[in-house]
Amino acid sequence: MKIGTTIRRTAFLFAAFSLISIPATAQWSSIAPGRLINPEDLVKMLQTAKEKPLMLQVGSHVLFTQAHIPSSEYVGAASTEAGLQQLRKRVESLPRTKFIVLYCGCCPWNHCPNVKPADDALHAMGFTNVKVLYIADNFGTNWVDKGYPTAKGE
Amino acid sequence: MAIVAVVAAAAVMLGFYTFRHSLSAGPESLKHRPAPDFTLPLIDGGQGGQLRLSSYRGKVVLLDFWATWCVPCRDETPHFVELQRKYGGQGLQIIGVSMDDSPDPVRTFYQQFHINYPVVMGTAETGSAYGGVLGLPIAFLIDRDGRIYAKHMGATDAAVFEKDITALL
Repeated sequence: MKIGTTIRRTAFLFAAFSLISIPATAQWSSIAPGRLINPEDLVKMLQTAKEKPLMLQVGSHVLFTQAHIPSSEYVGAASTEAGLQQLRKRVESLPRTKFIVLYCGCCPWNHCPNVKPADDALHAMGFTNVKVLYIADNFGTNWVDKGYPTAKGE
Repeated sequence: MAIVAVVAAAAVMLGFYTFRHSLSAGPESLKHRPAPDFTLPLIDGGQGGQLRLSSYRGKVVLLDFWATWCVPCRDETPHFVELQRKYGGQGLQIIGVSMDDSPDPVRTFYQQFHINYPVVMGTAETGSAYGGVLGLPIAFLIDRDGRIYAKHMGATDAAVFEKDITALL
């Protein structure tokens, strides 16, 4: 009985510590969950979808040059006005139903300064089929180290 | 028995954290190897010039890859300023490698935060030489012989850096 109680208590404490260890999820709450896509789901979709989405990296060019999702484009850090202008310019002529995936991966999700402004900008322009790639830690850990398709260069 | 359960749970969580951290720290291939040398343009309030990493051989170097828009990087900067002030006389040299796309915000940041160590503008080549800087911040501790002693990914407590620094000085 005591052993069973101890196991239950240990399991409870483990669960409690696990919850504490989960990073803050500020952007989960500020970007609607329905607008997010996980890396593994994007990889599967890219492997099977007939029409690929327009994938835009809205973070650092130095990081993009080191590694990015193949066929994705760098448009500028959306935390800056210059980056937002480049983003708007890139998509302004597209149909508002165009499937667009935004991603950054510069920083842990709850600290990323770029994806939320980019998502807001596209939303304000009337785009209705936008997904934001959920990168929990950074692009290296959650994409490159997973062995997902990666390209280098400009 | 409750104490045993608490200790067991803490041990499990510590193991979980360590495992997770070791995964996020990426391959350890650079550890104990010579730090890749580079020569990069300095940001020092507008004076210009170049910095060559190997010219700091003989010092303990904390090489910090960061960017002005990176929140954890900004949070770490005052701690680096304090560590440089505290241990600079004993042979510590902190070097910031900005991964910003433009030097303009870096110059502003340099002055706003009263940075007391050199900052250079990093490149993709520099990042790749260090195993890929694909998330920020990333810091490397380099010993007096120019070999990489430790790598820290993500926001890292100042006490962790201080422990490494005092071990190397």
